[in-house]
Amino acid sequence: MPADLWSQFDAAPLTLTLRVAAVATLLALLLGVALGWVFARTRLPGRGLLEAVCMLPLVLPPTVLGYGILVLMGRRSALGGWLREHFDYTVIFNWHGAVIASTLVALPLVLKGASSAFSQVDRNLEAAARTLRQSRWSTFVRVTLPLAWPGILAGTLLAFARAMGEFGASLMVAGSIPGQTQTASMAIYDAVQAGRDDLALMLALIVSAVSVAILVLSNRFLQRSSP
Amino acid sequence: MKRLLLALSLALPLLASAQQLTVSAAASLTDAFKEIGPRFEASKPGATVRFNFAASGVLLQQIVQGAPVDVFASADQETMNRGAEQKLIAADTRRDFASNTLVLVTPPGSPVKAMRDLSLADVKRVAIGKVASVPVGRYTQQALESVQLWAPLQPKLVFADNVRQVLDYVSRGEAEAGFVYRTDAELAKGKVVIAMTVGGHPPVTYPAAVVADSRQAVLARDFVTFLGSSEAQAILAKYDFGKP
Repeated sequence: MPADLWSQFDAAPLTLTLRVAAVATLLALLLGVALGWVFARTRLPGRGLLEAVCMLPLVLPPTVLGYGILVLMGRRSALGGWLREHFDYTVIFNWHGAVIASTLVALPLVLKGASSAFSQVDRNLEAAARTLRQSRWSTFVRVTLPLAWPGILAGTLLAFARAMGEFGASLMVAGSIPGQTQTASMAIYDAVQAGRDDLALMLALIVSAVSVAILVLSNRFLQRSSP
Repeated sequence: MKRLLLALSLALPLLASAQQLTVSAAASLTDAFKEIGPRFEASKPGATVRFNFAASGVLLQQIVQGAPVDVFASADQETMNRGAEQKLIAADTRRDFASNTLVLVTPPGSPVKAMRDLSLADVKRVAIGKVASVPVGRYTQQALESVQLWAPLQPKLVFADNVRQVLDYVSRGEAEAGFVYRTDAELAKGKVVIAMTVGGHPPVTYPAAVVADSRQAVLARDFVTFLGSSEAQAILAKYDFGKP
């Protein structure tokens, strides 16, 4: 690698990408496990429709997602206007906007992993725990969750990789502000547009290496969860 | 027989594209060129024109990467100069066909009336084009530098992919101000107001040229010439472009 490229190298997009992906994955994990349990174990009316809506970000064009967030949370929207007026807060041009977009695209992966893991857990083991006077919550935490864990973790790792790669919706909502909201995928896009192929290649290689590592890990957990 | 028909129907678009011209044009030219295209087609029976609109710097990068483009129309001389240096355009075909003005726009009812007002605390975000690839961003940088506002405004700047995105940011009210061309501001009348005309930068002139690798060099040259015709100039004037 040429010395000047190294001296110009800015790690901010990479650290921001990891930060956005980490927060988004955590949110997706909490939401995904809760919803996954609901979809796998309950007979909630309208469950099918709700599940389809949650899975939607997986198939929707990122532009639709970005536009949706703009419409719902932009300054001219009820929620966005209220947040701005009372808290001087907005997700637009803010890295939190990228977190919202990444959470939405990561959620389906956790959700699918969790709901299929929950439906594979042997209900007899849960019943046994209940006969041993464990509460519902205790049964969930000490029996169901540990048994479903490999499947959930595999989904979560995929979600992290997906969140790291989020581009379109984040760009529309958070913009590409160097040092503030510019993630690695946006920095690559800017570098290509500006003809900085050396910088684009370097970032692309780093992002690819991290993603491959995550996918390898995720596959391991998947194999363990479905023997 | 069926197979033959299928093969023919697949080949037809290829034959038809023999007279197809691909024009890569600066985003600010979008509306005017969409109107000029059919007029050019009418003057050249059998020819079809397709447009590729983006920031001039992005368009040049596409040409560098070998995109099949016949005509390049840039929003500044600098981008076209870079194309000429890399021998990507046929230099003898280059000609200026329009000019424009840089303006400061805001949503209606904004307190921003001049450049110095951008320093107000109420102005949280100022949208400009990306300096590396969007000409209007470069003009904006030069204008802000000329009044010593470039460095102090850095924390407020939001960089857009092209001039139309700057306009969108301001018309949605997500940015309190932005720098666009007068022609763009006129298209969004009602959603944005022009606070002032901005100086302190080189004149905004639009050059067009035939791309060196064009396979439709004759038709491409005709298109560049057509841009200077009274018919095309009338359309450009309608959209508030100036004479070159």
